[in-house]
Amino acid sequence: MKKDKFIISKKNFSSRLIVGTGKYKSMHECAKAIKLSGAEIVTVAVRRVNITDKKKPLLMDYIDPKKITYLPNTAGCFNSKEALRTLRLAREIGGWKLVKLEVLGDKKNLFPEMIETLKSTEILTKEGFKVMVYCNDDPLMAKRLENSGACAIMPLAAPIGSGLGIINEINIKIIRKQTKLPLIIDAGLGQASDAAIAMELGCDGVLVNTAIAKAKKPFQMALAFKNAVIAGRQSYLSGRIKKTLYGNPSSPKSGII
Amino acid sequence: MKKKIKIKLNGKLKTINNKSTLFNIVQKNKIPLAKVAIELNQEIVDKKKIKNINLKNNDKIEIVHFIGGG
Repeated sequence: MKKDKFIISKKNFSSRLIVGTGKYKSMHECAKAIKLSGAEIVTVAVRRVNITDKKKPLLMDYIDPKKITYLPNTAGCFNSKEALRTLRLAREIGGWKLVKLEVLGDKKNLFPEMIETLKSTEILTKEGFKVMVYCNDDPLMAKRLENSGACAIMPLAAPIGSGLGIINEINIKIIRKQTKLPLIIDAGLGQASDAAIAMELGCDGVLVNTAIAKAKKPFQMALAFKNAVIAGRQSYLSGRIKKTLYGNPSSPKSGII
Repeated sequence: MKKKIKIKLNGKLKTINNKSTLFNIVQKNKIPLAKVAIELNQEIVDKKKIKNINLKNNDKIEIVHFIGGG
């Protein structure tokens, strides 16, 4: 089989599964789930250092940023100003230029605020960031993000943490057809088969957090997602058969006794 | 008696000595410098220069790092 490359901002990755590091019971559980998932990129949040409790475990002590690509994320930002501030700080921590932009518009449905997202993408790109952009599944907006310099388009499958799976397959297919940028489904997946569907639609990768972290058995689910992403990708590349309304026997019709 | 000033460190009010530098604050709070970013009054600070930054009354310092997130 020809080498199937997953390239983001000129960097080559072998795993098409990106995982979030939030919502785990412990850092230990998080690190083990990441290992089992095979993910080479993990999203991380920027927050205040705990000044009062200095013994609190640090993410970097459990997940080595030299081995796993940290993808700083602006989760929790509700406007461009907050998002820019967060990512500039992230870059300052240790030179992170590849980032995930996520500007939310509503606390209940957590849908992206696309006007602020677009504005932030333009500014960050000008500042030299490589911006992977969380967005809604609107092909027109995806195009505008692409024109603004995004290095990856990351439409939601469904609201963050909802576990509903891909709600609008048609839009994802349209976005796939119109862009050569990496297309990564971000948010809303609930089970491994959702990831396989995303890959079969032609997405380049998926980003999963809650579905693994909050599964009854996170380690098993991490493994399930790993396998589903591989299976979905292989299925997509294999060229599926056409759907037909009626049956078509699998055994030869001749020589029947 | 040494003159004291009030600053805010990650949202918490602190009373410190007048001639404290940003480096003193980092040291006192055992901050792992390589794993954080620092803002002084909403401006990002070059971590290499914190020894030369003297703090003033009402300064707001934010020290952030990476934590688990989606």
